[in-house]
Amino acid sequence: MDASGYVFDLTQHTVRELNQALHNLPEQGPPTAWKVLNPAGEHTVAVGINAPCTVEIAGHVGYYCAGMNKYATVTINGNASTGLAENMMSGVVRVRGNASQSAGATGRGGLLVIEGDASARCGISLKGLDIVVQGAVGHMSAFMAQRGRLVVCGDAGPALGDSLYEAQIYVRGSIADLGADCIEKELRTEHVEALEALLAAARIALPARQFRRYGSARKLYHFSVDHADAY
Amino acid sequence: MTTKSPGLIESHLYSRDVIAEIQRAATEGIYDIRGWGAKRYVPHFDDLLFLGASMSRYPLEGYRERCDTNVVLGTRYAKKPVELKIPITIAGMSFGSLSAPAKEALGRGATAAGTSTTTGDGGMTAEERLSSKTLVYQLLPSRYGMNPDDLRRADAIEVVLGQGAKPGGGGMLLGQKISPRVAAMRDLPPNIDQRSACRHPDFTGPDDLEIKIRELREITDWEKPIYIKIGASRPYYDTALAVKAGADVIVLDGMQGGTGATQTVFIEHVGIPTLAALRQAVEALTELDMHRKVQLIVSGGIRTGADVAKALAMGADAVSIGVAALIALGDNSPAFDAEYQKLGSRAGFYDDWQAGNDPAGITTQNDELAKRFDPVLGGRRLANYLKTLAMEAQIVARACGKSHVHNLEPEDLVALTVEAAAMAGVPLAGTQWIPGRAP
Repeated sequence: MDASGYVFDLTQHTVRELNQALHNLPEQGPPTAWKVLNPAGEHTVAVGINAPCTVEIAGHVGYYCAGMNKYATVTINGNASTGLAENMMSGVVRVRGNASQSAGATGRGGLLVIEGDASARCGISLKGLDIVVQGAVGHMSAFMAQRGRLVVCGDAGPALGDSLYEAQIYVRGSIADLGADCIEKELRTEHVEALEALLAAARIALPARQFRRYGSARKLYHFSVDHADAY
Repeated sequence: MTTKSPGLIESHLYSRDVIAEIQRAATEGIYDIRGWGAKRYVPHFDDLLFLGASMSRYPLEGYRERCDTNVVLGTRYAKKPVELKIPITIAGMSFGSLSAPAKEALGRGATAAGTSTTTGDGGMTAEERLSSKTLVYQLLPSRYGMNPDDLRRADAIEVVLGQGAKPGGGGMLLGQKISPRVAAMRDLPPNIDQRSACRHPDFTGPDDLEIKIRELREITDWEKPIYIKIGASRPYYDTALAVKAGADVIVLDGMQGGTGATQTVFIEHVGIPTLAALRQAVEALTELDMHRKVQLIVSGGIRTGADVAKALAMGADAVSIGVAALIALGDNSPAFDAEYQKLGSRAGFYDDWQAGNDPAGITTQNDELAKRFDPVLGGRRLANYLKTLAMEAQIVARACGKSHVHNLEPEDLVALTVEAAAMAGVPLAGTQWIPGRAP
């Protein structure tokens, strides 16, 4: 530990040691500051945190970084591989670079900010998390998303919001195509205000009115012969 | 050709059941959905027999000489393996598909019998955690209710890749069972026909799964055994891949395995029988020198202590029950026959578990129906049944001269049919012949 907090150099320590040290933090304890050096694409870095703390990761990370995060603010100064912040519960996860597939998958709460692009299935099965992507997202993003918001400042790939439930999607750029049961919806004042607040929280300076809003047509909510082509 | 009723010649191809299904499909325009498991005949443990002790084998005295039944699951990597008194576990069944009192009863019964129960595609309820000494927490594609607190509260984690009733299919829960509590646990609007994903959202193959399992171990500090559940379709390869992915325990569910709600065409036509799947899984484990190191739990049609003993003799470390557990709780009880008839069924036939109108209060989210079910009594009935299964397995094991049910082996078995001999890899009774193997 130096003057600014705990420093974990992953050339000197294992990911297991890092995670165990983070898990040893008391859930109700005072916030602590951590720096992770030389992650070198390691998987499962800073997963399962259950305490208020800030974790700054100096470099690229592998799969599932900050998975199931609670309370912590995790910043990745690099790119992140598959499953970034999967099923995160609360806190903030920010990646300065790009994120690979399934970023924020099944996330239940908190804020995930991707300053670069996100690959396929960003926000898949979303359950309450807010995701803001400064760049573009790949195909099948927000697939079966149930709750929460996916904000895409760039373009969206094919089948956006396929089989969507009640999650909301905002896109500023172009969309390759919408998935089954995903439709454009009116962007009303309350949406603009909520989106402005979310963009501000993500520290992205873009006018909310430049976005278009998408949601579920709710036509697949009940099995019906009239929708057989969608099954 | 003669017939009992001249002029009324029933087609084998177009039986009355087939005709009725064509007529139903033409009327409704959508596939049939039901609960239970496969109802068609497939080769099963009934087609195997034990060779009791004889001149060359010493039997053990029933009731007097010891025949142990305990099993330890998760010895490969987990710091805290699961230790059970009997090798019969309760399979994953969701709160949503089952009522909260029914889930509680499963925990009570399992705990009283010294075994584990399992959550399902709806998250962990407080009732089942409180009533279950050993609770396995499922990680399913839908991730409904998934959270790290419950992961840490669990005694083991089961990554569900498939289910015997529907390998390749996801969960299904019809709107009448999506009560406000179920909806809240699953983050879904109430009353919708819910269809959960068939693929996991954050991994796509065995290489990714290996990393996913590492994440689960990291989150839980390597304490919990990690199970991988597979539906029986390609069990030889799936078992080998599960070992490679780092499983502590493999749960193999044959096509007879139950479901709360699935398309009938899926239940009856996808997957392979438990008997065939078990042998292939054991072969894969043996070839990798992982038999008994990675434990194997098999499910799909386990009803009696004989089924338990036969599964163990073929190489399973434990078995798991679902449909039989519900029947033990009171499902399909003759006491409700009049009500089943009102629903167009009969006691002994009722499989409309998807509909949520279960008179027994088990497969329902209707509060009034659920109130009929007493979780204390249900738990006691389940414990009685589990203990009976264990005792029956012990009787067979002692007769074969085994001081532990795990000492049963394929050499103790013969098959009644050529098909069962081929699938189970044991000789046809009265011969030395195992189809497909050189004499």
